[in-house]
Amino acid sequence: MQFDSFSAFLAMGGYGFYVWLSYGVTALLLVILLINSKSQNKAVIKHIIARQKRENKLRQAAALQKQQQAQLSPADVITTANNDSNEVLS
Amino acid sequence: MWKWLHPYANPEVTYHFTGKLMPWFSALAAIFLSIGLVWALVFAPADYQQGESFRIFYLHVPAAMFSMSIYFAMAVAAFCSLVWQLKLSDAAASAMAPVGATFTAIALITGAAWGKPMWGTWWIWDARLTSELILLFLYLGVMALHNAFEDKNLAGKAAGILTLVGVINLPIIKYSVEWWNTLHQGATVSKLGKPSMTAEMFWPFLMSFLGFAFLISIIICIRFRTEILSRNSMRPWVKELLLPPTASSTAGETNNAV
Repeated sequence: MQFDSFSAFLAMGGYGFYVWLSYGVTALLLVILLINSKSQNKAVIKHIIARQKRENKLRQAAALQKQQQAQLSPADVITTANNDSNEVLS
Repeated sequence: MWKWLHPYANPEVTYHFTGKLMPWFSALAAIFLSIGLVWALVFAPADYQQGESFRIFYLHVPAAMFSMSIYFAMAVAAFCSLVWQLKLSDAAASAMAPVGATFTAIALITGAAWGKPMWGTWWIWDARLTSELILLFLYLGVMALHNAFEDKNLAGKAAGILTLVGVINLPIIKYSVEWWNTLHQGATVSKLGKPSMTAEMFWPFLMSFLGFAFLISIIICIRFRTEILSRNSMRPWVKELLLPPTASSTAGETNNAV
C-alpha cells in the first residue's frame, strides 16, 4: 500500500487531477464503446427479426388467398390471381 | 494449417465459435483489469522522478500499444479481404476500426494529461504525437468509408485500400522517438534485452495490459458478430437462429399443408 489515507490516495501526491482525468476518460470512452457495440448488435437482430416476421406474414396471406381462390370457379381464379400478383408486386 | 483454418471461413461456424469464446474473454478481462488497475493505482511504487503521475503510464502505454497493434490486425484483415475476397475478414476489419480509434483517443488523451504536469504542455506538434494523431484520423477515415456505401463489398474495398496505405504510419509512430528529437521518452517496456523497469512496476503493467487485451477481444467479438449477422441476414441459418423456431416452422407447415 503506497498511501497512508484515502485523501492521500485521491490527491495522488499533487497529481490527482491528471491521474483521475486519465482514468475517468479511459473508463468513459470504453463504457461508451461497449454500450454502442451492444446496442448495434441488438438493433441488427431486431431489424432482421422484424423483416422476417413481415415476410412470413406476407407468405401466410398469400397462402390464405390461394386457399380461398381454390374454392372459386377456375375462371375466377385466373383473373383474381393476376390481380393479386400485381398488387403484391406493387 | 489451411485445412484447420478452413471451417472458420464459414460465417455460421465463426459466429458460434466467437459466441463460445466471449464468456471466457469476459471473465479473464474482469480478473486481469481489476487486479492490474488496483495494483497500478494503490500498490505500485511512485516513480522517483515523476511521482504519482506515473500511474497514468498503466493506461497510456497499453492503449498506445493496442492502438498500433489493432491497426496492424485490421491491415492484415483488409489485405486478406482484398487479395482473397474473404467476406469474413472484411467484416473483421470493419469491426476492429472503432475499437482501434477508441484506444488511439485514449492514448492521446491520457498522454496529454500526463504531458501537462511533466512537460508543462498538453500538446506539442512533435513527431510521436502528430503521427499518433494521424493514426486517429486514419481510423476515422476507415470507419467513414465503411459506412459511406450501401454496398458492403465496395465499402470494404475502399476502406481496405486506405487501411493498407496507412500502414506506412506504423513504423513512423514506432521509431519517431528515435528518428527525431522529441519531448516524448523512448520505449520503456518493449526494449530489446532488459526492460528498463523494476518488477514492481512491470507486473501491474502486464496485468492491465492483459486485461485490456481481453476487453478488446470481447468488444471486437461483439462488433464482428453484428457484422456477420447484418451481412448474412438473408441466410437460412440466421433466420433460424434469430426467429423463434416454433413460429417459423408452423408458418412453413401451414404453407405446405395449403
